[in-house]
Amino acid sequence: MSGFEYASAPESKAIANIASSYGLFINGKFVDPKKGKSFNTINPATEELLSKIGYADKLDIDSAVKSARAAFTKVWSKMPANERGKYLYRIARIMQERAREFAVVETLDNGKPIRESRDTDVPLAAAHFFYHAGWADKLEYVGVGSKPKPVGVVGQIIPWNFPLLMLAWKIAPALAAGNTVVLKPAETTPLTALLFAQVCQQAGLPDGVVNIVTGDGITGAALVNHPDINKIAFTGSTEVGKAIARSISATKKSATLELGGKAANLVFDDAAIDEAVEGIVNGIFFNQGHVCCAGSRLLLQENIAEEVLEKLKKRMSLIRVGDPMDKNTDLGAINSKEQLMRIREISNTGDAEGANRWSPDCTLPTKGFWYPPTIFTGVSQSHRIAREEIFGPVLSVLTFRTPAEGIEKANNTMYGLSAGIWSDKGSKVLWAAKQLKAGVIWSNTFNKFDPASPFGGYKESGWGREGGRHGLAGYLTSDAKVAK
Amino acid sequence: MIIDGSEGSLKKFLSDLPPVDQVGAEARAAMLSTRSIKTTSKAWAIDMAISMVDLTTLEGADSFGKVKALCAKAVRPDPTDLTVPSVGAICVYNDMVKIARAELDAIGGRDIPVAAVATAFPSGRASRAVKELDTQDAINAGANEIDMVIDRGAFLSGRIGEVFEEIKVIKELCGDKAHLKVILETGELVTYDNVRKASYLAMLAGADFIKTSTGKVAPAATAPVVLVMLEAVRDYFTLTGTKIGVKPAGGIRTTKDAIKQLVLVNETAGPDWLNPSLFRIGASALLNDLLMQRMKLRTGHYASANYVTMD
Repeated sequence: MSGFEYASAPESKAIANIASSYGLFINGKFVDPKKGKSFNTINPATEELLSKIGYADKLDIDSAVKSARAAFTKVWSKMPANERGKYLYRIARIMQERAREFAVVETLDNGKPIRESRDTDVPLAAAHFFYHAGWADKLEYVGVGSKPKPVGVVGQIIPWNFPLLMLAWKIAPALAAGNTVVLKPAETTPLTALLFAQVCQQAGLPDGVVNIVTGDGITGAALVNHPDINKIAFTGSTEVGKAIARSISATKKSATLELGGKAANLVFDDAAIDEAVEGIVNGIFFNQGHVCCAGSRLLLQENIAEEVLEKLKKRMSLIRVGDPMDKNTDLGAINSKEQLMRIREISNTGDAEGANRWSPDCTLPTKGFWYPPTIFTGVSQSHRIAREEIFGPVLSVLTFRTPAEGIEKANNTMYGLSAGIWSDKGSKVLWAAKQLKAGVIWSNTFNKFDPASPFGGYKESGWGREGGRHGLAGYLTSDAKVAK
Repeated sequence: MIIDGSEGSLKKFLSDLPPVDQVGAEARAAMLSTRSIKTTSKAWAIDMAISMVDLTTLEGADSFGKVKALCAKAVRPDPTDLTVPSVGAICVYNDMVKIARAELDAIGGRDIPVAAVATAFPSGRASRAVKELDTQDAINAGANEIDMVIDRGAFLSGRIGEVFEEIKVIKELCGDKAHLKVILETGELVTYDNVRKASYLAMLAGADFIKTSTGKVAPAATAPVVLVMLEAVRDYFTLTGTKIGVKPAGGIRTTKDAIKQLVLVNETAGPDWLNPSLFRIGASALLNDLLMQRMKLRTGHYASANYVTMD
């Protein structure tokens, strides 16, 4: 061997005990869908079949909602709050004990690098349960009155980019507040949710408190439109979010919506350049750019643009693309063929509209769905790649001359989920943070998450917050509302 | 030359360097430490690390006997396996240089350089005249490399012109007879911004290598410190076309630690730096762990400590 080439270091698949088929998790048991339909879930890195998954239709949704309603009225809402907390602690501990299994299954089903599922997704998911377990018996301090009540049965629909983590963001606060849930994982990534269902059984969680129904968009619509749902919590595209908002507009259902983003990552000329380059890479290439809060619009102050781009390109040549199960992989597979087509389609408009594409030399595997880390320079606000969410490893680079212009460009978007500020000057960071219209603002870092920190967007990026006290409040109603 | 050597131009140059964000630098170093180096790449890395070791003894109790034993170890780290490469250098105090050089020459280690710590190592608290004499003495005794310490007191109090001048003078003494390694003693500089500035100061003044520590102060060669220094040599190369070496020293005791250092080099300064002329690891205990891990890779099982030599 010549030079320091990292030999393949794959995580073992043996720990992932994936069944050949899964039913729906309703009322504490795995049951077959009433019509017996199923669909496949595959490994996007190899296109190999992982398992056959039960397809829930209207009838299955109805039985899941009924089971959640019964568990809500008879058991969960009546249980002493500290008892609820104990179940959440137990779930959190089991997730930690089975962390490696969760990480392997997540990587196989989603295509993300094992380093990320192992070091980010799974530990954060467990942390969400620990955090909310502590809240269960302290709900009077959430800020919605002295005797807050749960909203009831919550329908939850989660995306494919962080399957387990988004499940934790949804289920942990709902349960801590005393609600019961019917959760629909994404069509392409159902496996960790089904593994979580096993954890609920292992923890002895009362039947019906958590129900997991697998399927596609039609399944999701059936859940949204079920008359006995009190609240919808959705994370996904702005398009579907708008459809949900329309369909519940004439009902008493409340909603939390976490939608798209086109985050600006602003690098000022007094920034710590090497760390900013790391932050740019982490902002757009973390999780293949399948991140709603990804820093997909890089705004560089013009007087440092050349230096930063040169360093960014060098750094991008070090990104290791390939087998997601290899512990040294930095960029894994695109989650589905459909998503790959979408990334290609929008990126190609970048070429067509005159932006300059650059990718480092990298060999992509022949099987599976792959897209190289890509940047476009010479992008202006009017390019499609500067406006639309690509949801892939594609970065649009723009420049600004003055801080005020940087802010103006950053805010000139229909989204407002997140933003990043890179400057070594505290006063500038605080000033910029105040001007930016985004729900989450990172200073000298990017894509950092914590259960205690509320997450959510401005404008078309969504309604409400998740995480922290603010997120929890969305799962509670005040005494006043109950009195009506 | 990027600067004219005046204190004003030095200060301007150093203050124009981009700052280091502590959290970000530590996060990058921590991420790189998760690289999993197995099988063939581990075997390659172990041999590379052995060839980069500056086998060191810097004790008050050092004797001719101890130094001779170290020389034997440097030439043939594993007497039972002659495919093991020799180490990068021997690093000793000034008064041991002559014996080390003679011994190495006598036992087939002519190519192994002898490095002498100089300029009132480790504190650097002596007059300029003493530091010059100290260096000249080591060169006269046959030292191939001079590991000098910078005046941290002067650096921290802002007298960077003095620090620069001192390195320049020592460099002139070294001439083409000895390579100059400049020890920053990062544990006393404390901040990463200081580490970056001191790295540039040393490179501008003529260092062939920048070295983290004396080994007498903790913390020493932490991963983020080495990262910042590797970034400095990488960017200095872009700026000037000259490649400066890096030597972490202090606290690197295990094969795992050493491999993490090589990963840092590979993904920061780049593969060009992965050879003993541009990267060294200052250590005493490390070599035996490298040898034991090497045996483990070849035989599949761990040998007891008695299967490696104690020197």
